[in-house]
Amino acid sequence: MTHLQLNDHSIELDNEGYLRDLSQWSPQVAEALAAEIPLQLSDAHWEILYLLRDFYQRFEHAPAMRPLVKAVSLNLGPEKGRSIYLLKLFPDSPAKLAARLAGLPKPTNCL
Amino acid sequence: MSTSKRFLVISRRPPYGSSHARDALDTALTTAVFEQPVSMLFLDDGVYQLLQAQQPAGIQQKNLGATLSALPMYDIDQLYVCDSALRSRGLSLDDCLLPVQLLDGNAIAQLIRNHDVVLSF
Amino acid sequence: MTLHTLNRAPSDTALLTDCLRACSSGDTLLLIEDGVYCALAEQPIAWPAGVNVCALTADVAARGLDSRLASSISQVDDADFVQLCCEHARVISWY
Repeated sequence: MTHLQLNDHSIELDNEGYLRDLSQWSPQVAEALAAEIPLQLSDAHWEILYLLRDFYQRFEHAPAMRPLVKAVSLNLGPEKGRSIYLLKLFPDSPAKLAARLAGLPKPTNCL
Repeated sequence: MSTSKRFLVISRRPPYGSSHARDALDTALTTAVFEQPVSMLFLDDGVYQLLQAQQPAGIQQKNLGATLSALPMYDIDQLYVCDSALRSRGLSLDDCLLPVQLLDGNAIAQLIRNHDVVLSF
Repeated sequence: MTLHTLNRAPSDTALLTDCLRACSSGDTLLLIEDGVYCALAEQPIAWPAGVNVCALTADVAARGLDSRLASSISQVDDADFVQLCCEHARVISWY
């Protein structure tokens, strides 16, 4: 288990860097998690992060890549609903990284 | 040549009394993530999974209905329900949280013949 | 008097039959877990006379059945469950 230091408090993370307590998420937490990668969050990142938080609210799980692409396509348009677009924003494993920054648990069924 | 097989997941237990319903759903979602075409068939008490307004926080379980409603996001939209299982429980399509197709006994046998792999939970 | 708890849906007909046969007038039958499906108004069950039938609230809510219960069946919470156990000489689990 590790910690994320934010101002004067410490936030617990699990072994893979996901928040232990999802209610501790805030935009500042996302910024701090991204800074460690390092990744500078732009508007393009934020719209994906908020879309993920909506997805989690509605379906009660973090999406794997395929449903993430579909959700982005449905909500933000087909140009953005493509793996390559998400890979550029969130390198290596977009579903996992974006879920982590959005304060969601690790995606289920994510291979 | 296509490398995909047609999968059918049969789910016939109610949503919370055991892990069967969750296992069926996880299997269907995982199969879809592997980009294999998946259909789901709800039989017997499995039709109770489709009821709206499930609120399982009080029994410390995750909402199965919420996950089921995500099936179209996984391109799992071939969803079938045994007509008599639904009607014998006094339920109708209006009670279901997803668009599903009703099948009678003959159509269920045909559905099974139309799939390469059938998994029953 | 006896408290009976039943935790399976009515599709388990053998269990339901045994449970109903074991109930005497004055007993309480508490439907828990999948047993709450026995309480559906659309699928009425012929309860034995004089038996108080109730269903556990958390299990009713979990399954989305709140508005679907037969009017004769009352809902009880966990504290009521404990009290029912104390009030009855015997408790039988039908499972």
